[in-house]
Order: sequence, then C-alpha cells, then structure tokens
Amino acid sequence: MPIYRSHVLVCGGTPCVLKGAKTLKDLLNKELNRYNLADEIRVVETGCLGPCDEGPVIVVYPEGTMYSRLQPSDIPRIVQSHLLKGRILQELVYQAPWSPPSAQEVPLEQEKYLGLQKRVVLRNCGRIDPDSIDEYIANDGYQALGKAVTTLRPDEVIEMVKEAKLLGRGGAGFPTGLKWSFTAKIDADQKYIICNADEGEPGTFKDRLIMEGDPHGIIEGMAIAGYAVGANQGIIYIRGEYALSIERMKRAIEQATAYGLLGERIFGSDFNFTIQVRSGAGAYVCGEETALIESLEGNRGEPRVKPPYPGVAGLWGKPTVVNNVETLANVPPIILNGPEWFRRIGTEKCPGTKVFTMLGDINNQGLIEVPMGITLREIVYGVGGGIPGGKGFKMAQTGGTSGGCLPAEFLDLPMDYDTLAKAGSALGSGAMLIIDDSHCVVDLLKSFMKFFVHESCGRCTPCREGTMRLYEIIQALAEGTATMADFRLLKELSATMQLTALCGLGQSAPNSLLTCMEYFADEFQAHLNGRCPTGTCKNITVKSDAV
Amino acid sequence: MKSLKDLEAIREKAKQMTGIREGKAQTKIIVGMGTCGIAAGARDTMKVILDELGKRNLTDVTVTQTGCLGLCEQEPIVEVEIPDQPRIIYGKVSAERARQIIANHIVNGNMIGEWVIGRK
Repeated sequence: MPIYRSHVLVCGGTPCVLKGAKTLKDLLNKELNRYNLADEIRVVETGCLGPCDEGPVIVVYPEGTMYSRLQPSDIPRIVQSHLLKGRILQELVYQAPWSPPSAQEVPLEQEKYLGLQKRVVLRNCGRIDPDSIDEYIANDGYQALGKAVTTLRPDEVIEMVKEAKLLGRGGAGFPTGLKWSFTAKIDADQKYIICNADEGEPGTFKDRLIMEGDPHGIIEGMAIAGYAVGANQGIIYIRGEYALSIERMKRAIEQATAYGLLGERIFGSDFNFTIQVRSGAGAYVCGEETALIESLEGNRGEPRVKPPYPGVAGLWGKPTVVNNVETLANVPPIILNGPEWFRRIGTEKCPGTKVFTMLGDINNQGLIEVPMGITLREIVYGVGGGIPGGKGFKMAQTGGTSGGCLPAEFLDLPMDYDTLAKAGSALGSGAMLIIDDSHCVVDLLKSFMKFFVHESCGRCTPCREGTMRLYEIIQALAEGTATMADFRLLKELSATMQLTALCGLGQSAPNSLLTCMEYFADEFQAHLNGRCPTGTCKNITVKSDAV
Repeated sequence: MKSLKDLEAIREKAKQMTGIREGKAQTKIIVGMGTCGIAAGARDTMKVILDELGKRNLTDVTVTQTGCLGLCEQEPIVEVEIPDQPRIIYGKVSAERARQIIANHIVNGNMIGEWVIGRK
C-alpha cells in the first residue's frame, strides 16, 4: 500500500464549492505534479469542515493545519512552502475567533476550531473522503449494522434507541425508539423506511452537509432502522436542489451494495435491505412527512389528514417509518457505543448533540455540532465568535423560518426541545439565525410571512388564507397604516392557524410572529404609531392622530 | 462481505490509510527541506523513505519536513524521533543510507552511529 506523508483535505461542502473549492483542488493537484509530490501527498475531497463563512477551507495532515479564505494564488504558496519545505504559512492559517492566534500552542488547528463542539453526527464529516466506503469502514463504519444483525434481536435494537432517548432531529423531537416500536409491532407484508432529506427550512443546511460529508452514516442508520422494524426497503427523499447530496448518496449506495452491506442476506443473516434515492421538486411542504409520501406516490405534494400516521399506514398504505437525516446518522454510534454513552452527552431529557447551522449577523457562520443544553450565549459568543461590527444582539430565530424568535433575555436558555418549546420557539431543524440590533422586527416578519404565503400548499383554508392575511397585516404595519384592530386580528388569526391548520406548515407559520409580538411589543406599538425605531421601514407614514 | 470478520479485515486495511489524520503516530522522521537540502538530494531521500515505509507497512510513522538546520554541508539531513529516546540527527543521508536507517533504526531500534551528526 502506498504511504503518503501528508494528506490534504479539501472541503467539498457546497458552501466551499461555491467559493471555488473545486478550482483549488485542481490547482493543488497541478502544483503537486509540478513539484513531483503527487506520490507523497494525497489530496482528499471531504464533506463540510464547518467554518463555511471562512471558506474555501483545507486541512493539511499530519500537522492538522487549517487554511481558510483561500484564493487560487495561495495554492502555489502552500505547496511550495508547507508541502515542499515543511513551513506552515502562518498568515493563511485559520484563526478561531475565540482563542489566541498561535499555531504552535495547539498543533491541530481543527481541534481548536471545534472548541465547545462535540461531534457525533459529524464524526466523519471533514475527516474522511465521502466517496470512499473504505475510509468510512476505517472509522468503525458498518460495525453497528454488523453488531445489530448478527448479535441483537430487532426488539433489542429498538430498546437501545429508546433507552438512549434519541429524539427526532427533524424538528418535532418525537422519540425515535417509540416511533420505531409502533411500526415494528404491526404485522405487514411490506414496510418502508424513509429518510426525510427534503430540507427546505430557510437557513437550514445541516442535512445537506451530513449527506455530502458522511453518506454511509445515513445508509447504515437506515439499514439498522429497517432491521429494527422489519422493513426491507428504504427510500431517501432528497431535496431536488441538492445535486451533490444526491450524487454522493447514490454513489455510497452503489458501494455499500457492492460490498454486500445492502442487498440480500446482510452479514450472512436473513435480513435484506435496499435503498433508493428519490428527489423532490422544490416544494417546502414536501418536508412534511405525509406530503412527502404523497409526492413519492406520484401525487401532488399535499399533507394527509392524520391519523392514520405513516407508522401505521404510510407509503402505499404500508407501515412506514419516516426519520430525518440527522436522526438516522445518530443511530449507528448509539448501537455501537450503547445508550449509556449517548445519554452522557447533552441533557437528561434530551441526550446527545444537535447540529446547528449558524447564519445571519454572526462572525462564524457555518455548521456546528454541540451538546444539547448548551446555552444560546455559548453558541453566539462562544462557537459563533460574536456579532460583527460591534453591534448588539437583538434576537435569535431558532429552528428556521417556522421557529420563534428569542430576545437577549433568553441568552442563557439551554438549547433543548423542551426548554425552547416553553419559550414559544422550537429547536426545530437547527437553523440559528442571529439578528443584530440594526434590524426592524416588522421588516423581518414581512419576509418570513412572505415565505409562507409562497410555500403554503393551499389544501387547507387556515393556512392558505391565514398566511396571506398575516402577510397583509404585517405589510400594513410596515407602512404605518395598521390599526389596533389589525394588531388584535394578528393574534386571533395566529391562534386559529396554530389550532386548525392541517399540517406543521400552517401550524408553525405564526411562531415567529407570536414570539416577536410578545418580546418586541414596543416596536409593534411604534409601528402602530407610524414610527419605525430602526428606520428600516422607509415607506412608513405618520398618522395624524398618533403624533 | 458475509461476516463481521470480513468487515474487520477491510477496516484494518483502510485504517492504515487514514491513520495519518488521527495525530496518534508515534515515530517521526523529519527530512531537511531547505534549499540546501533539496539541492543535495533530499527529495530523493524523501521518496525512498516513503517507499520503504510503504513496503514495510509502517503506517504509524509520520514523515514531515523542516527547513535548513544550519549544517548545509551535511545535507540531506534526516532526524529520527522515537518517543522516550533522544532525537537522532543523521547527515548526508543518500537514498541508500535512508533505506538502511529505516531497516536498522526504525524497524530494529539500532541507531547507525557512524552517520549520526547530532542528538537532542
């Protein structure tokens, strides 16, 4: 086997690719050939390394030096200096915003980047070549599946997931083990496992980066789920825009099939399992599990009335487990290391980690994985590196556009499903939109509501009409023409939607509005009086009776 | 693949490929890659070291480079660092010497005294 003295990991996550990572990789190979280094140094394209805002990023091993914000012109310098002569190019080394800039003190730059993070789901992301099943296997890949099908009964697998208290990471936080047990006990000729990878929540891109960075982790999780509930077919429904995810998942499935890790009689047992990839066509509502199933059946993507739940009657009327990408990626480590190990991470009620995508007014935009129960302050000012431009923290919207907004007094709130639900928000999909104090609440809500108007599928009236009316009233507030009656109507309409909309889309659409009305009541009052405190709403007109 | 054993076999093989990223390698070989080193043939020395490590499957050895040590006339200079042992610096390490250093020092633990130009 050829020995390479150095591995250069080029981040192949979409954010870095958009910033030119492919060009850098080609250039790197060209330069290595020029210096006759190609047989000494291996270039590996990996999944997301995390600091997306600092992209394109590469890591050079064995030193573990992370270079960030690279330009094509930096590559010949890195090759000449670091790879040829062994001199680290300090000026290009990634500087974590919260630790002293010294590459010598902490040898592995990547460790420094990780800081408060704990990587379970992203354990391989940015460390292995996602197109190589061998590299996945080298890092204990498929051991959990092997352990499950050769040494555990299906009910024991479910029991382990239950004991681990794994909660669904798609947003609702439903206990995964419980979900599996519903489907497992039904006697049916056919059952399905669906991996919901139709990640449409604005600002959320964790599932994409998990699929791009460690596709085999999802395959292994799906196969274990199939074994546990007695399903022999899996379908991964990927958002159509995620071209790279689709490509990598398909390749990973081919590799796993070639190794006999998918297919018939897996590990010599009686368990058979196959996986197909299906892509969505761009509708946000198809992330809702029943709409997703409708779409898979070839129908218009509209939610079904529940019950029956998919666990009982899902795809083609058969019992179907629908799990999120991140949920499934948590399964192999739980089976391999045991539920006690998993429960030691995070909080008592919500064990494990959560993958967040940080964006908005924050220094360190990108992908992070932290233990459940970490505070908002630790995320924003620790891992996130604070707010740029010396501005103040106004609020964080957790869980994407369907989540609520939390003001500064909630900075010390532990991030887990229960606590956030009590505060009127949701952990949801893990999008973390940080907003500084130069933004106007009404203006933000206007764009949030516009999104729901666009994405409402139109099946039920509360959502179809409600989203439109909410948008109109917010629009009126922004123009200073709204009245106190409109303001009251906002509340009433929101409550109606939460209670009566058919699916999560309409039920959660008013979340951001309701939390903002509660926590930023002054700003609403100011707009009712014809004044925008931040000066964002330019068209606001002052009403004669208000001044 | 029909058993856990098969999986284990692939894992062991693949681990050798990714071990470099774990930062756990014990023994270090450092090759001087200043202009002087390169001019004296350090690039060939490096190739031979990698080749020899590959042939012997010595995956727990890290190979890195460094700049000029200030002993240009002794280039190519190769430093061997084994944990809990003094660091040994060899001078004028030709391709042939490099192969012998791997065989005697790295594999068998016998330093080749006559080529040593310093220890730390």
